[in-house]
Amino acid sequence: MTTTAAPATARKPATMAQALTRALRDAMADDPSVHVMGEDVGTLGGVFRVTDGLAKEFGEDRCTDTALAEAGILGTAVGMAMYGLRPVVEMQFDAFAYPAFEQLISHVARMRNRTRGALTMPLTIRIPYGGGIGGVEHHSDSSEAYYLATPGLQVVTPATVEDAYGLLRAAIASDDPVVFLEPKRLYWSKADWSPDAPTEVAPLGRAAVRRRGSSATLITYGPSLPVCMEAAEAAAAEGWDLEVVDLRSLMPFDEDTVCASVRRTGRAVVVHESNGFGGPGGEIAARITERCFHHLEAPVLRVAGFDIPYPPPMLERHHLPGVDRILDTVARLQWESDWTEGRGA
Amino acid sequence: MTVLEQPGSSRHKSSLAGPPPSWRPRVDPAPLLPDEEPYRLLGTDAAARLDSGLLTRLYTQLVRGRRYNAQATALTRQGRLAVYPSSTGQEACEVAAALALEERDWLFPSYRDTLAAVARGLDPVEALTLLRGDWHNGYDPREHRIAPLCTPLATQLPHAVGLAHAARLKGDEVVALAMVGDGGTSEGDFHEALNFAAVWQAPVVFLVQNNGFAISVPLAKQTAAPSLAHKAVGYGMPGRLVDGNDAPAMHEVLTEAVQRARRGGGPTLVEAVTYRIEAHTNADDATRYRSDAEVETWRAHDPIALLEHELAGRDLLTDAFVSATRDGAEQMAADLRERMNADPELDPMDLFTHVFAEQTSQLRAQAAQLRAELDAEADGHTDDAAGAEGSAEEARP
Ligand SMILES: Cc1ncc(C[n+]2csc(CCOP(=O)(O)OP(=O)(O)O)c2C)c(N)n1
Repeated sequence: MTTTAAPATARKPATMAQALTRALRDAMADDPSVHVMGEDVGTLGGVFRVTDGLAKEFGEDRCTDTALAEAGILGTAVGMAMYGLRPVVEMQFDAFAYPAFEQLISHVARMRNRTRGALTMPLTIRIPYGGGIGGVEHHSDSSEAYYLATPGLQVVTPATVEDAYGLLRAAIASDDPVVFLEPKRLYWSKADWSPDAPTEVAPLGRAAVRRRGSSATLITYGPSLPVCMEAAEAAAAEGWDLEVVDLRSLMPFDEDTVCASVRRTGRAVVVHESNGFGGPGGEIAARITERCFHHLEAPVLRVAGFDIPYPPPMLERHHLPGVDRILDTVARLQWESDWTEGRGA
Repeated sequence: MTVLEQPGSSRHKSSLAGPPPSWRPRVDPAPLLPDEEPYRLLGTDAAARLDSGLLTRLYTQLVRGRRYNAQATALTRQGRLAVYPSSTGQEACEVAAALALEERDWLFPSYRDTLAAVARGLDPVEALTLLRGDWHNGYDPREHRIAPLCTPLATQLPHAVGLAHAARLKGDEVVALAMVGDGGTSEGDFHEALNFAAVWQAPVVFLVQNNGFAISVPLAKQTAAPSLAHKAVGYGMPGRLVDGNDAPAMHEVLTEAVQRARRGGGPTLVEAVTYRIEAHTNADDATRYRSDAEVETWRAHDPIALLEHELAGRDLLTDAFVSATRDGAEQMAADLRERMNADPELDPMDLFTHVFAEQTSQLRAQAAQLRAELDAEADGHTDDAAGAEGSAEEARP
C-alpha cells in the first residue's frame, strides 16, 4: 500500500511535528470520513501545534475541540467509527490518556473480535509520549507496555520525520485501531523532508535497519533511536560495528527483520526508555531467544528506564537510557568469546 | 408536532396507573438551584455589614498572592521553574479557599492552586517543588492537610470525597475543600465525585474556578449547562454561583459551605466566576484564542481593585497600610527569589528510595548500577579537572 503526498509548499527542513500535520492534512483531504478530535486541537492547533490549521481548512466539524474528557473523546470516537467515520483522536499527553483506558481496552481493542468482524474500529489514537523534555509529573510517561499488553491494538511509533508522515498516513488508513505514539522529544527534530516529493506511506509492521553493522544489533524505537545511532557511532570509534534496527511498530512486531539481523550479528541489545521489568524489551528478548538461540553468542541484554515512576525533570537524565549506558551494556556482550573474531558483515 | 415538541406532554392525563411513588426524588430541587447572577458583596449595600478586620486580612493576602504569582512567573523566565500556571486575576478564589478552612480541614488543590496552599501557610518554596522539578511533591500532605498539587484533571475530587467520608466515619468534624477548573468539570471523575459526595452526604466543598478557558477551549465548548453551579442540582446538592473576584463574597460563600458540611449538611458545589489574566502557562500562546480587549474588560474587574474601593470607602486604605502590605509582599518575594535561585540539593539515589517500603532485588541492582555510574562520572570529572589544570595548552589544538 503506497500513496504519495499531495504536492504542497512546505519549508525545508521540516520538523517531525510538521510532517505529522501534513499527514493529517493529506489524510483529511483524501478521505472525507477522516475526523480529528481532542482537547485544544482546533483554534489552538494542539499544544504541540500538530493539528495547526486543520480546523480552518476543514471546518470545526472535522477538526473538533472537544470537552475535556478523554473517556468521552474516545468513547464518542467509537460510536463515530461504528457509523463509518475514521476518527483521529488526540490525547494531550501520555498520562492523560489513562481516563480513556476503559474505552480503549474494553471496546476499541476488541470490537472486531466480539462482533466477528461485523464492526471494525478504524481509528487512530495519537499520544505524545516519553520523557526528556523537562516536563513535570504526568507529562513524560512511556506507556507503550500497557498498549502492547492489550490484544487488538496496533502500536506504532515513528522515530524519523519521514516515518512520522508515512506511518501516520498508514495508521489512519488502517481498518484496525492504532495507538500512535509520538515521541515528544523528537517533535522538533528536523530532516530535509519535503512533502513536495512523493513520500511513501510506510506499511505498518515493518522494521527498518537504520545502520548496518556486524558485531551486535541494537533494537530500538521512537525516542531512543537517535540515542542508539549516537551510541553506534561512538562504538565504532572503539571498534564495535553496531547494527541499529528501528522497530517503527511494536505491534505488529517485525520478527523477521529483527531475527535476520541478530542471526547475522549474533548479539542483541534492546533499548527503550520505558521501564525494563514488564517492558517491551522482555518480550523482544524472549522472542529473539526462541528464534535465534543457536545464533546467539551472548544473552540478549536490555537497556531500559529504571523500574520507578517517571522521575522529576531534574533527575530524568539519570533514568533515561543514554549513550554511556548503552555502550556499557554493549561491552557486556563480549561474554565468553571475542566479539571481534569471525563475524563478517 | 412530535411528542418532544408538545408542551407539557408528560402532564397529559392517562387512564393507566402512573409509576409507584418510590420513583420520587427525595429532595426539592428549588433550594438547590444557584442564583441567576453571581453572588456579590462589594459594591452592594450588603458590603456595609462586612467586618473591617476580615477585609484587611483578605487584602493583605490578595496583594501577597499577586506578588507571588508575579515572582513565580519571573522565575520561569529565568529557567528556575519548569513551568508556572499563574493564578493572577484569580487570587480571591485562592485566598478564600485557604481562609475558609480550619486547621483540621483538608485542601485538595489542582496544579493551578499553589497560591491557595501558600495562603494556607505552606512554605512558598515547598509549594513550588513540583513546578521546579526537583520532586513531584515538596511537602508532607498530612502535616499541612494539603493533598499534593494534582495535575491529571479532576482526579483529586474523588480523593477529597473519600477523605471527608472517612473522617466522618471516624467521628471527626473534618471538611475537605477540593478545587477544580471549568474544564475539569467535564471529566468523568468530576461527575463520580459529586455523585458519591451527595449520596454519602460527605462533608466536602467543591470549588470550581470558572476562569473562562481550559487552555484554549472556552466554556461554551465545554458545557451546555446554564451554569456550572447548576450541575449540583442533578446530584442533589446545592449549587452556588459567586463572583470569583469579590474576595469577601467568595469568603462568605465558602465559609458557609464549609460550616454546613461540618454540621452534617452535606456537600456544596461553588462556581466562582473569574478570569485567567495570564496565559495558561508560560508555554501557552493566549493570543491564538482570545482578544486583548477581553482581557482588558476583566482587568477592570480586578479582585484587588474591587477590594481597594471598599477599603478606601472606609478610610482603611491609608498610605501606611498600603505600604506595609506591599513591603510584606516584597519581602516574601525577595525571600522566594533568593531561595529559588539556589540550586536544590538533589540525590539521584532518591530515585530508588520511595518506590516501595522495601526495595526489591531489581531496584537494589539498579541502584548499584546508578551508584557506579555516578562514581565513574565523579572520577571522570576529577580527571578532567586535573588534566585541564596540568596541560591547559595541550587541550587546545
Ligand atoms: C486528565 C487530563 N487531561 C488533560 C490534561 C491537560 N491539561 C492540563 S490543564 C488543561 C486545561 C484545564 O482547564 P481548566 O480545568 O479550566 O483549569 P484551568 O487551567 O483553567 O485552571 C488541560 C487540558 C490534564 N492535565 N489532565
